Amino acid sequence: MATETLVWLLPLPPLLAFFLIVLFTNKSKALSHTIGVGAAFLSWLGSMLVFARAVQAEHLGEHPFLSSISWLPVGEGWFEIGILIDPLGAVTLFFVAWTIMTIFLYSVGYQNFGQPKGDHDRAGLPPHGATVTDAHGHSHVVPSVEPMYSRFFAFLGLFAFGMYTLVVSDNLLTLFVGWEIMGLCSYLLIGFWYGKPSARAAMIKAFMTTRVGDMFMLLGIAYLYSITGTLNFRDILYNEEVLHSLAATPALGNFLGLSAAGLIGLLLFFGTVGKSAQFPLHVWLPDAMEGPTPVSAMIHAATMVSAGVYMVIRMFPLLSAGWVEGGALTPTMTVMAMIGAFTALFAATIALAQNDIKRVLAYSTISQLGYMIAALGIGAYVAAAFHLITHAFFKALLFLGSGSVIHGMEHGVMHSGKHIDPQNMFNMGGLKDKMPITFWTFLIGGFALSGFPLVTAGFWSKDEILADAFGHHHYVIFLVLAVSALLTAFYTMRQITLTFLGKPRTEAAQHAQETTWTMTLPLAILAFLAITAGWVGIPEYFPLIGGLLPNWFHHFVGETLLEPMHGVSFSYIPLLTSLVVALGGLYLGWMVYRNVSGETDPLRQPLGAVYKWLEHKYYFDELYDYVFVRPARWIAAVFTYRWIDQGVIDGFLHGVAFISTRIGGVLRNYFDAPVVNGFGDFVGEGVKRLGQRFRIVQTGSLQQYMLMAVLFALSAMAYFLFFGLQP
Amino acid sequence: MQFPILSVIVFIPILSGLLILLMPGHRKDEIRVTALAASLIALGLSAWAYFAYDIQMGGYQFVEKYDWLPTLGISYSVGIDGINAPLVLLTGIVMFTGVLISWGIDDRPREFFAFLFILATGVFGVFVAQDLFMLFFFYEIAVFPMFLLIAIWGWKQTREYAAMKLTLYLFIGSVFSLVGALAMYFSSGLNTFDMQLLATANFSTNFQIFWFPFVFFGFAVLGGIFPFHNWSPDGHVAAPTAVSMFHAGVLMKLGAFAALRVGIMLLPEGAIYWRWLILGLATVNVVYGAFIALVQTDFKYVIGFSSVSHMGLVMLGFATLTREGLLGAGVQMFSHGVMTALFFAVVGMVYDRAHTRNIPELGGFSTRMPWVAIAFIVGGLVSMGMPGFSGFVAEFPIFMGVWRVMPIVAIIAAVSIVITAGYIIRITGQVFYGKVPEPLEHHNIGDVTVLDKVALGMLSAILIAIGVYPALMVPLVSSGVNLVLSLLGGA
Amino acid sequence: MDFIVNNLLTLILFSPLLVAILVVALPKSEPALIRWVAFIGSLAPLALSLVLWFQFQPGQVGFQFQEKALWYEAIGSSYHVGVDGLSITMVLLTTLLTPLCILASFNIKDRVRSFMGLFLMLETGMLGVFLSLDLLLFFVFWEIGLVPMYFLINQWGSEKGERKIWGGRTVSARNYASFKFMIYTMAGSLGLLLAIQMIGVVSGTFDLPVLFQQWTALDGSLFGLPIGTVKAIAFWAFVIAFAIKVPVWPFHTWLPDAHTEAPTAGSMILAGVLLKLGAYGFLRLVLPLYPEEARYYAGALALLATLAIIFGALAAYGQDDFKRLVAYSSVNHMGFVVLGIAAAAFASGTENAVIAMNGAVLQMFNHGLSAAGMFFLVGVIYDRLHTRDLREFGGLFPLIPVYGGILIFTSMASLGLPGLNGYVSEFLVVRGSWPIFTLFTALSTIGLFFTGAYVLKGVASLLHGPLNQRWIGHVTEINAREVFVIAPLMVLMLVIGVWPAWILDVINRAVTALFGA
Repeated sequence: MATETLVWLLPLPPLLAFFLIVLFTNKSKALSHTIGVGAAFLSWLGSMLVFARAVQAEHLGEHPFLSSISWLPVGEGWFEIGILIDPLGAVTLFFVAWTIMTIFLYSVGYQNFGQPKGDHDRAGLPPHGATVTDAHGHSHVVPSVEPMYSRFFAFLGLFAFGMYTLVVSDNLLTLFVGWEIMGLCSYLLIGFWYGKPSARAAMIKAFMTTRVGDMFMLLGIAYLYSITGTLNFRDILYNEEVLHSLAATPALGNFLGLSAAGLIGLLLFFGTVGKSAQFPLHVWLPDAMEGPTPVSAMIHAATMVSAGVYMVIRMFPLLSAGWVEGGALTPTMTVMAMIGAFTALFAATIALAQNDIKRVLAYSTISQLGYMIAALGIGAYVAAAFHLITHAFFKALLFLGSGSVIHGMEHGVMHSGKHIDPQNMFNMGGLKDKMPITFWTFLIGGFALSGFPLVTAGFWSKDEILADAFGHHHYVIFLVLAVSALLTAFYTMRQITLTFLGKPRTEAAQHAQETTWTMTLPLAILAFLAITAGWVGIPEYFPLIGGLLPNWFHHFVGETLLEPMHGVSFSYIPLLTSLVVALGGLYLGWMVYRNVSGETDPLRQPLGAVYKWLEHKYYFDELYDYVFVRPARWIAAVFTYRWIDQGVIDGFLHGVAFISTRIGGVLRNYFDAPVVNGFGDFVGEGVKRLGQRFRIVQTGSLQQYMLMAVLFALSAMAYFLFFGLQP
Repeated sequence: MQFPILSVIVFIPILSGLLILLMPGHRKDEIRVTALAASLIALGLSAWAYFAYDIQMGGYQFVEKYDWLPTLGISYSVGIDGINAPLVLLTGIVMFTGVLISWGIDDRPREFFAFLFILATGVFGVFVAQDLFMLFFFYEIAVFPMFLLIAIWGWKQTREYAAMKLTLYLFIGSVFSLVGALAMYFSSGLNTFDMQLLATANFSTNFQIFWFPFVFFGFAVLGGIFPFHNWSPDGHVAAPTAVSMFHAGVLMKLGAFAALRVGIMLLPEGAIYWRWLILGLATVNVVYGAFIALVQTDFKYVIGFSSVSHMGLVMLGFATLTREGLLGAGVQMFSHGVMTALFFAVVGMVYDRAHTRNIPELGGFSTRMPWVAIAFIVGGLVSMGMPGFSGFVAEFPIFMGVWRVMPIVAIIAAVSIVITAGYIIRITGQVFYGKVPEPLEHHNIGDVTVLDKVALGMLSAILIAIGVYPALMVPLVSSGVNLVLSLLGGA
Repeated sequence: MDFIVNNLLTLILFSPLLVAILVVALPKSEPALIRWVAFIGSLAPLALSLVLWFQFQPGQVGFQFQEKALWYEAIGSSYHVGVDGLSITMVLLTTLLTPLCILASFNIKDRVRSFMGLFLMLETGMLGVFLSLDLLLFFVFWEIGLVPMYFLINQWGSEKGERKIWGGRTVSARNYASFKFMIYTMAGSLGLLLAIQMIGVVSGTFDLPVLFQQWTALDGSLFGLPIGTVKAIAFWAFVIAFAIKVPVWPFHTWLPDAHTEAPTAGSMILAGVLLKLGAYGFLRLVLPLYPEEARYYAGALALLATLAIIFGALAAYGQDDFKRLVAYSSVNHMGFVVLGIAAAAFASGTENAVIAMNGAVLQMFNHGLSAAGMFFLVGVIYDRLHTRDLREFGGLFPLIPVYGGILIFTSMASLGLPGLNGYVSEFLVVRGSWPIFTLFTALSTIGLFFTGAYVLKGVASLLHGPLNQRWIGHVTEINAREVFVIAPLMVLMLVIGVWPAWILDVINRAVTALFGA
């Protein structure tokens, strides 16, 4: 089968799965997950095939796999949509396929397939567990199967469809389609347990927050389309004169003195800010953890949010139009670098004070995405892409791992019967021995996240970013990123220590147990990738091991650009920095948290007020509530509806109606009746009197009038007879 | 010689009226049947005349002319053209339906029908008369029985007053126009009352300018022109149903028609000179009548003032002296005649059952008598100029005519359309929908009789037919308009 | 077959009327029979318009299937009908929605005959507007459509509810709404009527193809005013009439009342088709008859459209009455139609204009689908719970999963989710008007944002959150008939979202011919 055809087909199996499950098989759990996992597997197989061919292809950069069809008639021409697999697309496809595949598999176990029905589970609420009596007649509570099991796989299918569409699109429009479909899925999945008010709030929050970004993005797309007359990546991004003209022409109304390219880039970037939860639109992601953890959480933390970064990486030539490597950054890039770096640090600090195992990961995601944005902002194209991929693997691994932990804890909670929060890390401890596989894989993920030197993928990608920032003399960025790297390592170790090391701090933790193979297998796979993925991108210049393995990634992905980047000359400072921050952070984390006994964080006392700020995420939710949400409600309900519509406009209409009725009344009562009518009656009376005066016939007045009339007529006639006529 | 169809139409009613008078008063059913038969014949003949009229040929047709007082130049001469043919048909229709819905009259039906028919003869006569003297003759014949019909069978409270008032206005009006007519007679020097001849008498401009107001407004009083309109609402209210139908449906057209035939057609230059005044007053009619109708609480007064408003449109059409205007006015006379007859029939039927015309005390009649409700809605749509009904066919050209002469008037007058819609919708909702009010629950309100349904159905059908397919009437009227325009020197 | 093809439009136009007459002739005692006759009868125009759709030659410029007959020759008006790419889509929409509405109102118990009769008359009225090629004929159908709608609202509208007017008087809500609807629209059409008369007087004909040449070419002076002034006034007369129908802010306040009080099917057709009459008026009359004026005042129009988009969305978000919320969403969505039209009017002859206009016309069709769907779903839930108050719902999803799924789907369509129909048209409008009215377009995205807000508000408070115990046992799943009503709409939403070309191609060719370079 031709590669292009194959690419066309990639997104379809999950979509079909969605429809099949929704329309037909939603009654049968087994059938549904078979279809779901099967579809994911098909797409995965296809993707691997495409990836393999892409890797073998000569100069994929100049001659990518692409094909397109006419979709939308516009005026004389057509708007075409199609598929494109270039190096960047290929690697993205690679990690997307793997993560999605593993999620599907993992979900089977996570949603307790094969477990009995819950005693009083209801659709829309997490399963409460089921009581079973074993052979010995002891009855005890075991996890119960998710009531909306089939629906879950349907949603996953739709999500996968969205993600594949986004990756294979050759134009912004269909990319946006996939983008929004994923938005919908994240909405549906965050609110999967819609029965919980918190979930309901979170799902809306997520959708609306990202929508803010999407609106800007939509404008950006419209703007780009109206200038260039196309949205096709190749036609815009690989077309010197288009990019130059975009960079040359000033933005509409010379907006902030930006170039057209700059403004478009900025608008598109805001889309990413929403989707990838960058400051100031980061607020939705932590709440998104309301979803059935960790699968949906992982979906829009490890995969969907990557889409945002993927988009800006994809549009990099446009964003950086007018920028030459090593030269001064364009305004747009500066904005990206600043927002990215700030987010990286800002989120990392919040992560320090979170106790919910998933929230920590959520904030670390925000922070890592900030890394990538910052990297892109300073022009480290390949590094950003590299970190995107490695991060996808180890973050997926971490989320799935945390899910496994929570699952184990829930088991313990049910066993102990004591209702404690199975997600609070202070209720854990010592899970190392209870859940060995989870522990080791989580450890790998954690080390990768904190950039543990040499072995882990995270180290290589992070190091490259730092090196780039330093090499291009963006020292502020470099510093900020370094600090946040330190914090990252610190809170990661905090998490690992609190969760797995030391003694169990609760009864639940004592009875936690390892999860089934459908959950641990994905962990193993991802753990493997979380290490090896780094080795494809080891810089040649790296001391000792540099050049042992070819820096394949750099060459491969670099080709995506018109003229590949040169990377930076080697310097020890960034290398040492990343070594120090990684190891230092890990060590400190272990020191501080290794013998925590109680519920309280040892840093709470020393940090004091600061800790409270961090714990409450700098009170951003409260702030937004007061600054945006409440005023919006007021404007909608009171100002627009009650004042403008019901008050002013309707008031005016009623006034008109009221006045016209009044006019009628006035005319009748003050003019018609008295004046017009009165005059008539007056004349009548007059004539009557006249008649009586003359004492002619007394019988009723009618005759009088007739007589008067006749007399009048006759006299007139006589008058004319005798004196001619001319008046 | 050909069959004297017009004479037959004119005299059938009065003859049958006399016949009825000869019948013993207690044989009510025979009386009714006779009346019905007579009216049916009259209707049939007028319909025949209407459709037999040859539009291509145009001019006056079915003409009959006999000398009467040759010395004074008075002759009995009748004929129809495009303008009065529809009106003759209208009279036939109203007469027939009037008889149908007055079937229930129990108080001296003999005299009632007799007077009604005398009235009809007068009306027919005026419409077909070609001789000025004849026209006045029939005119008085028409007005006299009106007085009695209202004074005897009318609504107790106001019948004396209304009858008086009506007669007074009409007589004074007719006197003025009579004087004008005499002036024409004498100054023409033709020693004839034949209007076709008088039309050729080319009176001096000053003469026309001086006498036109006499003639025109004299008749226009009967057309209900402001500020001489007040007799009409009061008269409507006082009159019994059938009489109101005649009154608003036909009598007011009598005024308008005579004003056109004698005033505008014989004194065209005067018409052109006074056009502005007529335009002004007619506009007042239109808007003023509508606004007052909006606030009336007496069902019949609402209809009464709506007639004032709609007759204003007729006058407006005349005043434009343009093809469209006159065409519209011609159609409007017919359309309004049928519509208002329908309205008063409906009001009568409601009143007979509720014994009140006070709108707030009415309600929910559509459940009891759906036919009446639908008929009223049809009439209402006509009167608010809803497209697809005859009202629109008539009003649209009138407005076009006004656009030609005085755009601002068109804009002002158009307001009445919405106001009309306002009160029509209000009444429909109040009287026919909503719930039947407490007091009415007790006296059992039944549906109307078959005869009533026939009448309502017939009137509604005509209104819709002309609205959907104007060609039923328009070509005829416009052929008549040509004549007028030729007299106006093709103005 | 020849006969059918030769008189296709007349057949389409009057077949509903015939069915109406047939229905009214049926015995009152057989409601079931009446319903089925009405429904099956209403499929006839649909079938005919499908024939029309497939016989139609998109490539061919100008009107097709024209028929001309004498009607009111004395004032130069004739029965002249025809279709082009713009009207045919609207015809299809109308004939498609009517059977669904009739099917949706099978649960009407009271005076079924009159209801069905009026509804079919209404269809003829609406079709007449889309098919007329004669200005007077257009007006005839334009006005006549009000009457059945008035009675549908006034007679079969929701019994409950009161509306306060001046002097502390209160009137029953449906009387208020129907009166407001009728009088407001008539008053709005007054200017239109006068302008039409004026055009008739000046041009001596009402035939649109002729007027497009003659009236636009006219110059000199009229009634002592320079022709430009006269045209400008007439232009605004037209615009206000149509703006009220669309409705454009601030002429929209009749709509929430009318929609809220109307029976389900009434709201469906009102939102689905009646609003389109106004927009269609802009396309068919205003732009061709007043190109200069339209270009000159396009900015003002665009401003109003933007306000409609923003305030419509905000007001919708401010509602607690589900039906009112959906009603306001119409103001919001139709705003995009007007924005597109304004853009096209301003830049007529450019590709931007074509794109914007494509978007506007497609948006008309799409809104027809989604709004009708939404109102139907509101009706379905109202039939079961007898409340429309969002605060009284809550967590119904587990009780009515199928309904929930359908509601989410439809809401997403009306929210403009990519992959469904709304997105395509909204994108085209935004894209088309961006280079022309950049600021307004940018502002209108605020409206888009709140579109999301109110749609989610509706869904969330109906389906999500803790289950309101009081409905357990009261609320039943959507039934087969209701699924049949909504299914075709959903299929179309999806099809247009995924493959818009089949309809947009027809629109695009017509638009290109009219407003293209």
